Order: sequence, then structure tokens, then C-alpha cells
Amino acid sequence: MSEREGGSTMEPGRRISMSRPAVGEAGATGQWRNSRPVMDPALCMAAKAGKVTCQICWAYCPDGCITQGAGPVIDLTYCKGCGICAEECPAYAIEMTPEALHGVCDLPEGEVR
Amino acid sequence: MMATKILDLPDTSYVLPGNRSCAGCGIGIALRQITAALEGKMVMTVPASCLTVLGGMYPISSVNVPWVNVAFPSTAAAASGIAAGLRAMGRADDMTVLAMAGDGGTGDIGIQALSGAAERNEDFLYLCYDNEAYMNTGTQRSGLTPAGARTTTTWAGKRENPKDLPAIMEAHNIPYVASTSAAYPTDVYDKVVKARGIEGLRYIHMNTPCPSGWGFDPKDTVRLGKMAVDAGLVVLYEVEDGVFRLTGRSASLAKAGKPLLPVGEYVATQSRFKGMSAETIAAVQAWVDTRWARYLARNAGSCLP
Amino acid sequence: MSETMVMTGNEAAATGAKLARVQVIAAYPITPQSPVVETLSAWVESGELPAEFVAVESEHSALTVCIGASTVGARTFTATSSNGLAYMNEQVWWAAGARLPIVMCIANRAMAAPWNVLNDQQDSMSERDAGWVQLYCRDNQEILDTTVQAFLIAERLNVPVMVCYDGFLLSHTMMPVTVPEAGEIDAFLPKRPAPLTVVDPGDPRNIGPVVLADPRADSSGVVSPGYMELRAQHHRALLAAIDAIPEVDTEYGAVTGRSWGGLTWEHLLDDAEVVLIAAGSLATQATLTAEALRAEGVKAGVLGIRAYRPFPVEALREKLTGRRLALVFDKALSYGYDGPICTDLRGSLLGIEGVPAVFGAVCGLGGRDTSPEDLAAAARRAIADLDAGMRTRATDWINLHLEGE
Repeated sequence: MSEREGGSTMEPGRRISMSRPAVGEAGATGQWRNSRPVMDPALCMAAKAGKVTCQICWAYCPDGCITQGAGPVIDLTYCKGCGICAEECPAYAIEMTPEALHGVCDLPEGEVR
Repeated sequence: MMATKILDLPDTSYVLPGNRSCAGCGIGIALRQITAALEGKMVMTVPASCLTVLGGMYPISSVNVPWVNVAFPSTAAAASGIAAGLRAMGRADDMTVLAMAGDGGTGDIGIQALSGAAERNEDFLYLCYDNEAYMNTGTQRSGLTPAGARTTTTWAGKRENPKDLPAIMEAHNIPYVASTSAAYPTDVYDKVVKARGIEGLRYIHMNTPCPSGWGFDPKDTVRLGKMAVDAGLVVLYEVEDGVFRLTGRSASLAKAGKPLLPVGEYVATQSRFKGMSAETIAAVQAWVDTRWARYLARNAGSCLP
Repeated sequence: MSETMVMTGNEAAATGAKLARVQVIAAYPITPQSPVVETLSAWVESGELPAEFVAVESEHSALTVCIGASTVGARTFTATSSNGLAYMNEQVWWAAGARLPIVMCIANRAMAAPWNVLNDQQDSMSERDAGWVQLYCRDNQEILDTTVQAFLIAERLNVPVMVCYDGFLLSHTMMPVTVPEAGEIDAFLPKRPAPLTVVDPGDPRNIGPVVLADPRADSSGVVSPGYMELRAQHHRALLAAIDAIPEVDTEYGAVTGRSWGGLTWEHLLDDAEVVLIAAGSLATQATLTAEALRAEGVKAGVLGIRAYRPFPVEALREKLTGRRLALVFDKALSYGYDGPICTDLRGSLLGIEGVPAVFGAVCGLGGRDTSPEDLAAAARRAIADLDAGMRTRATDWINLHLEGE
């Protein structure tokens, strides 16, 4: 077995605590939030221009949940709802709206809260 | 060299979503640009700290770069060891060694190892993310906590002004010392890019707003980080081979000759400063003003450190 | 050609590290280890030893630099004593738990407070739980040979190794030492294999993260161990040293003509009824004691402890069964209880048929002189106590001069 295999594929006698990167280490952190960012393409400068401009929300997201685009796309599986994108958007194109307005938060299959 | 604009930042994603940092954590904003500036060609040494938690628990990592966790006091020594090991293995050119620790791990428990590494001019980049208290253990005061701030060990507000870590590092005569803020990710990016190309010990001090520990709504991380710069509590600058210059917003403020935002307005935004007396605010204001005057003079070239 | 020279124990340790072709050295001076640091520093500066030498600002940083360098695959070495070892204690635990094959020499010295720069074994004994292999040397030749062997043991098992030798008694005393040829040692000790740790931007890993109490699945659902499993594996690696230590000793002997008994060594043990047990130079002194006792008609012998961790339980049971008395001389104490070797030995013999009575003696603390005659007098006292029907007795403190006693 290759010595370079880490984590769970190593032989027990040679196993050390060495992790591999993956998205969602803390789970679907989208479940943390009380409100979610909703982007209005009529106000977003990139969406209106049809090109990758501004991208300030992308730059300031602490979790890298926003993908660059015309307009940028927010990954709601992981977005923690911090609200920085809404606060910093120069066009006021993002509004933090309560999760309750979007129905019950999506739960993993079978989970009862 | 022109300052990088947001649209010119590389669109890379070494920091993976779904990590364990608090919503609105300043570290995440900066770490995305630090790793981008180093193009992931790096190994980072991280002591016990919030960053450790962001990095994830075994067997899943949330940052897509080589990362070595180390004991709390040891960050700079671990980086020294990794750098020495890479040289011994003929791999020194393979990657930048980045030591990244909090204010406690840098200026308090970690200062001995850092001072030793600096005196030896070890070849690595040291970045202190300063969230102004021992946040990972629940917000106890550090030597970098500002005067007036309430923490779980300064319930009535800290009496002392913070240590000036960049100045301490300047006194070690290392080739590059800089002060930046996570609220200005392009400034962070530019400084890491510049530091990357310099040999020897490079020290970057990065003010890092912390919604959980400072007591503000997470949406205000960037806004309040910028406000701290406008108030002169955080100053963006760099010292390259002993030559001082203000950068970014601090340079603009100096150039425009504008007065600083009053400290009183800044401290009103965070619950850690609740109950701060007018006398304390005035004392901090005086301290800020004196410091700012020195920075202005150094920037103008008319004053030695 | 190997060369025989006169050198101190510290020089022997440094020579061992040089022969092992260490790549990174970080050490902080402390009496009586300082000449190790000075010697290695001089060799690195002259180019005689092509290694990185990091002049760290403390012992905690010394072991940390070794941890960092070892993580990226370099062969590393450090040395310390006493309070320096205590200062790096956190990192002693770290290096072991991180499974890094670091070799560290300990020039055994008393612990403060109060200050004392002279020899006893308290410093390394206080680290016995941390998960390092611990080997004790009886003379300067063994220091050189064991330091070289330590690297192979460490790299085979991914466990750090402490090579201990008595401060001043060995560290500063000149003895003839045969220095093997570099080529001989290269054949015995190849380059360090690729480390378990991966530090590669092309394959990014997070090394030494927080580990939970329970096993946890990774992102593909494959379960990784919890803390307790990782620790169990570390413990097993240390137990595997029971075989690895004698194997390496034998391999070394095939190359140099010298081996040191593996886990334990013996003098006049075959028909011994009274066995004197100690580690380090004290055990060498005990050989003179055994000879003197033999001349008095006592069937005395010596069982020297070379490997203290892992504790050689089976070897000790096998070699002590059928004896009348085991007298253990400890140059250290587990305060509030008893000497470390004595208590470990006693515990390992419990429940075994035909084991001897085990009496303990504490001697030599803070450099208190202990002659072979002192050991002989202690042996006579122990035999008298045994003859009087005692099965247990209080620890005998040798050469103690308490006021009023």
C-alpha cells in the first residue's frame, strides 16, 4: 500500500491523523442561517450588464459560497446567512430575507426537527 | 505597483464552503486571498486557534492547501523547522511556508518563538490574524485587546492599550513588515503577493473583525473593519527594508488630510465596548491621535521609527 | 577503517548523530548537554556535517523545529537535559503522538527545584509515559552505537527515540570509543524512507487536526478512527519495539561487531540468586558490586535495563523467575510512591510463579555519589531484611544524611 495514502485508506499501524479536503466539513452549514440572501437581477450590476463586473459579494463572502458570474450565484447549501454580501453590495441588489418566508428550512431526508 | 482591484483577484477557491467558522468570520474573507496570492503553493503551520477549527476535524479538511497543526506556543518554530526540513530535502522552492496564528498565538504565548525566528531571519511568511482576544477559548483578553474592550477576563473593560506587534517585529530588522485588515481583502492579497517574493522573515499583521467576540451583527464584519481603519485604530502600512509607507485607505486618509473618525463613534458599534467611560474613550482617542501623527510623519519621510 | 579515539559521552552522542547523517539539528544548550550542541554546530559550520543547524531560542522550539522538519521528511536530532526536557514536555508528547521518528539524546540531570546540575535520571523518567522509546546507555561506546541505532528503530516504527546517558558521569568523562566507518553505517542505516506525513501542494492534506472521541466518516463515507484508536496504534507501535530494538541491535552488531543486549544485558546472572537491577552507568558500577558480593559468597548478578520504554516485561519475567531477590536501584522517584524502575518491575512480576522479592533503593539524586561499595552495603541490607522474613519493606535511601537521622 502506498505510504502516501492518507486518512482512511492507510494501514492501521501506519495511520496518523491526516485529513483530506472536502466541502462541507461542518455539514450543510446552510442550516445555520436565520435569513438568506436573495439577489435581484434587475439591480445587480453584473446581471444587468450581462458580464462579470463588480463581484464585490464574491470577494467578501467569508465562506466562498458565491461563484463569480453575471450575476454571481450563491450556494444556499452552505451559505451561513451572515449578510455581508447584502451589506456590501453597492447596488443594494441583495436582500436578507427570513428563512421562514421560504418555507420550512430544507431538512435532510427523514430528519425530524 | 498598482493596487489590485477586486475584479483582478484570481478566482480560486482553496477555502471550501461548509467549514466550521462562525457566520461572518473575518478570517475566511482573508484566507481566501492569502491562499490565492500564494496560488496554493504553500504549507501553512497553524497553532491552536479559531483557524484550527476552520481547518476542520479529522478526517475532513476544509482548506485545499497543505496544512500542519502545531502546538500553541510553537507556530514560528514549527515554520522554521518546516523551512529547514524543506531545504534539507531540496524542496525549498516547492512552496512558501506560511505561519498563520492569532493575536494570542503570535503576541502572547507565541512571541518567544516568533522573536527567535525573526532574529535568525528564518525564511517564511508569518501572518497574524488579530481578532483582538483569545477568541477560540471564548473571548479572553490578549495583549492585543484594545483598551476599553470587555472580555471574559476584563469584565470592566481592558485597562491597557494593545501591544504594537508590527513595531516589535520592525525592531527585529526583518525585510518586510506590514499591517493590513481582513476588511480590505485586496490589500491583504497585494501584501501577501509582495511578501511572497521576499526572502527572509516577512511579517504581516492583519486586523480581523470578529462578530462573535466583538459583539456585532455578522453582516457588519467588513463595514466595521473599514471603520476601524477610518478611526486610525487600525492602520494599513508596510515597511520594506526599513522604508515606511501607508497603503490603501490609510494612505488615502493621509493624502486627503482628513481627520480620523472619532473613536467614540467606532466603539458605539460593538457591545464589547459597552459601558466604556468618556474618560477611557478620550484616553484612547489621545493615544490614537499620537500614533497617527507618527505614522503621518513616517509616511512623509520626516521621522525615524 | 574504524578508528578508536578517546572522547566524552557528549562527543559520542554528537558523533552518532553525524554518522546517522542527520539533516536538521535544533538544540538549545543546557548543562551537561551543551557540548553536544557546540560540537554539532562546529561540524555544521565547517561543512564536516552537511546539515541544517537551527540555533533556536529555547528547548520548546528545539523540539518544535525537529517536529516541523521531520514532518516534511528530514532526519532530525536534538538533545537536552533536566529543565530543558521539562520545558519541551508538551512537544515530547506531540512528537510521539504525531508519530515522528525524531531522535533525542538526554544527558540525564536532576530536576529543579532546587537547582542542581548534576546527574540523576529524574528528567527522562518523568517523560516515560509520553510514548517515546527510551534507551539507557552504560558507557560512551554504547552512547555512540545506540544513537545510531535509534534512528533505525525510530524510522522503522514511526516512534521517536530518547537515548539517555548520565550527565557528567558519562557526558563529560573521557572513554575510548571506536568510531565506525561512515560507509559501514550507511549500509546499516539507509536514507529515511518517505514520511507518513504528506506535505505537497499537489495533494493537500491537513496534518494533526482535531480528532474526535469517536470514529468519524470522511466525505465519501469511509470511517476514520477516533482519538483512542490512534493512541492504541501508537501504543502498539511502541510495543513492537520489543522486537525491533533487539533486531536493530543485532543488525548493528553484524556490521560493527558490537551489540548491546537488545532490551537488557547481564553480568554474572546465570546462577545469581540476588539480582542487582539498574539503568545506565549505575548498572556498570553494579557489576563491580556483584563481583565483590560474589567474593563474599553471595551469588549476585546484574540485570541492566537498556530499554526502559517499552518496558521489557517478558524478558524481565523470564530472567528473574527463580531468583531470590531483585534489588532495584533507581536514580529517580515517582514522588509520593517509589522508584520508577522498581515499581514498573514489581508490577510486571505480579501474578507470575516463582518470582523474587523485589526491594527498591533510591540513590544518586542530584549527583549524590554512589560507589560500588555503597551498592554492596545496600545489597547486604536487603539480603538481611529478606533473611529476617520481610516480604516488603520501605525503600532504602542510599547515602542519605537527613539531620537527626
